[in-house]
Amino acid sequence: MNTTADSEVRERAVRKDTPGAARGPRRPGRLRRSALPYILLLPALLLELLIHLVPIALGIAMSFKELTQFHLRDWGSAPWSGLDNFEVAVDFDAPVGQALLTSFFTTCLFTVLSVGLCWLLGTAAAVCMQESFKGRGVLRALFLVPYALPVYAAVITWAFMFQRDNGLINHVLHDQLGLTDSPSFWLIGDNSFWALLIVSVWKGWPFAFLIVMAGLQNIPKELYEAAALDGAGVWQQIRRITLPSLRSVNQVLVLVLFLWTFNDFNTPFVLFGKAAPEAANLISIHIYQSSFATWNFGTGSAMSVLLLAFLLLVTAVHLVATSRGRKVSDV
Amino acid sequence: MSSTTTHRPRTRRSPMAAPRSFVWTRRVFLTLLTGFVLLPVYVMVSSSLKPLEDVSGEFRWIPNGLTIRPYFDIWETVPLAKYFVNSLIVAGAATLCSVVIAVFAAYAVSRYRFRGRRLFTVSVLSTQMFPGILFLLPLFLIFVNIGNTTGVALFGSRGGLILTYLTFSLPFSIWMLIGYFDSVPRELDEAALVDGCGPVKALFRVVVPAAVPGIVAVAVYAFMTAWGEVLFASVMTNDTTRTLAVGLQGYSTQNDVYWNQIMAASLVVSVPVVAGFLLLQRYLVTGLTAGAVK
Repeated sequence: MNTTADSEVRERAVRKDTPGAARGPRRPGRLRRSALPYILLLPALLLELLIHLVPIALGIAMSFKELTQFHLRDWGSAPWSGLDNFEVAVDFDAPVGQALLTSFFTTCLFTVLSVGLCWLLGTAAAVCMQESFKGRGVLRALFLVPYALPVYAAVITWAFMFQRDNGLINHVLHDQLGLTDSPSFWLIGDNSFWALLIVSVWKGWPFAFLIVMAGLQNIPKELYEAAALDGAGVWQQIRRITLPSLRSVNQVLVLVLFLWTFNDFNTPFVLFGKAAPEAANLISIHIYQSSFATWNFGTGSAMSVLLLAFLLLVTAVHLVATSRGRKVSDV
Repeated sequence: MSSTTTHRPRTRRSPMAAPRSFVWTRRVFLTLLTGFVLLPVYVMVSSSLKPLEDVSGEFRWIPNGLTIRPYFDIWETVPLAKYFVNSLIVAGAATLCSVVIAVFAAYAVSRYRFRGRRLFTVSVLSTQMFPGILFLLPLFLIFVNIGNTTGVALFGSRGGLILTYLTFSLPFSIWMLIGYFDSVPRELDEAALVDGCGPVKALFRVVVPAAVPGIVAVAVYAFMTAWGEVLFASVMTNDTTRTLAVGLQGYSTQNDVYWNQIMAASLVVSVPVVAGFLLLQRYLVTGLTAGAVK
């Protein structure tokens, strides 16, 4: 809060001092200065409009149209269908609605597990590496490799490892450890959920690690010194100082991880191809599949709009919950 | 907030010696984690050096015989060089534009108080939650329509992909740079303004040089976003503009899956990003510390 007030004061000071008119002889300084922020924002604004906001608005409009392949060439003239698309999407007794519901629950479970594990691994690793030790720099770089690798290169390697006949996973589990009677399928059937989860965690935890590591650097070390003087051990310091200090970082981190994981398309798409097995049929893939397989983009758009509404709701609840928590903890 | 400065000594935990239980837990945990992280990397490297019959048969930890054939074959099986060039052009251009645009936008938000400032930051950030699948088709239709009415080919062209990717990385880049610019003392650009620099000149002479780590971090992020994207690349490119993300699927034909070549190609396409990332990761951590995490 202070900063905003501060900067406004400074802002005024800048305005008073700036000999803006001297540099821009054609336009009066005041006008130029007040228009300047908008001019600076213009490229970003235009792009956000073209690539994000207009398509979203259009997508929402499309969800109210009967948009099958007959109307796709001239989608503007497709007949309005009111809430028909939504009724199809949420009719949970019919196959379409049922499939959507199943996919939604799969995605929820997947997201909770993946975000939880990513956060846990990332935080644990960052806390372990807070103190300097030999080889820490190398290890840190190494841990960031999954984050740096292009998604398709990394996920295709996992797909190879999960192959039934020539993959590493079955070689270890079946041939070397003898845990399974016969080599199992990992990329089809129920196992595919776990395969997807492992890949997702492998790829996602370094981001949590990175953010938590950055967050740890803002904890004043005096806190630890004081705690050590009071006789707090390492475990207590982690519990009493490190984790509470990371609170606000974690709130943002978990929300971002949640949104990315829930919307993730790339990982299942590269791992399974266009048609994901039912056990790992994440919502993005499901919508993509039901739009392009049936060429019914109206229903597909309705499903996407429902997805967006759900994400908005979760984000709103999260923001309200965390801001309330913050007030309480600040007082 | 005031404690956030660009370069500060890393926080160390207590001077008190850590107990053995903690040291051992840490050692075991970090070793296991290293194994988990490195496993696919090992598979990628070792399998890329195996002959095709070895990768088609049972997996072996230690390769029977090594060959560098796959590294020559990958360029023949699919036009990998062409995809590579396409990816470089698309990711390079998207990164450059994204960074420049984000620098302008973040400077405006960080240094000026204007109407709609908060609305802008909130709406830009909220685009992060839009599911890609929701605007894939509308964007496709918009690009086709722009092409039909103005003759500017966005669909199927590199230009359309560049526009799309640079917008994908914009929100996070702007957000991170706002935080970073906020940590650059205002006195610096105020001094430049007093000396008669225009605001834009002050930005490039003073603020940008002071925010290099943040800008590098944003560039790395933008490049990685563009280099790794699959969904839009698979819908919006054609044979001549195909990028690596889609091109790599060409190694599995109906009869054979050239796993050794897939691994070799994956390694080759990963090297530029991973090398660049590891060289610049220090900046990313500093950039995040000052920018995103406060």
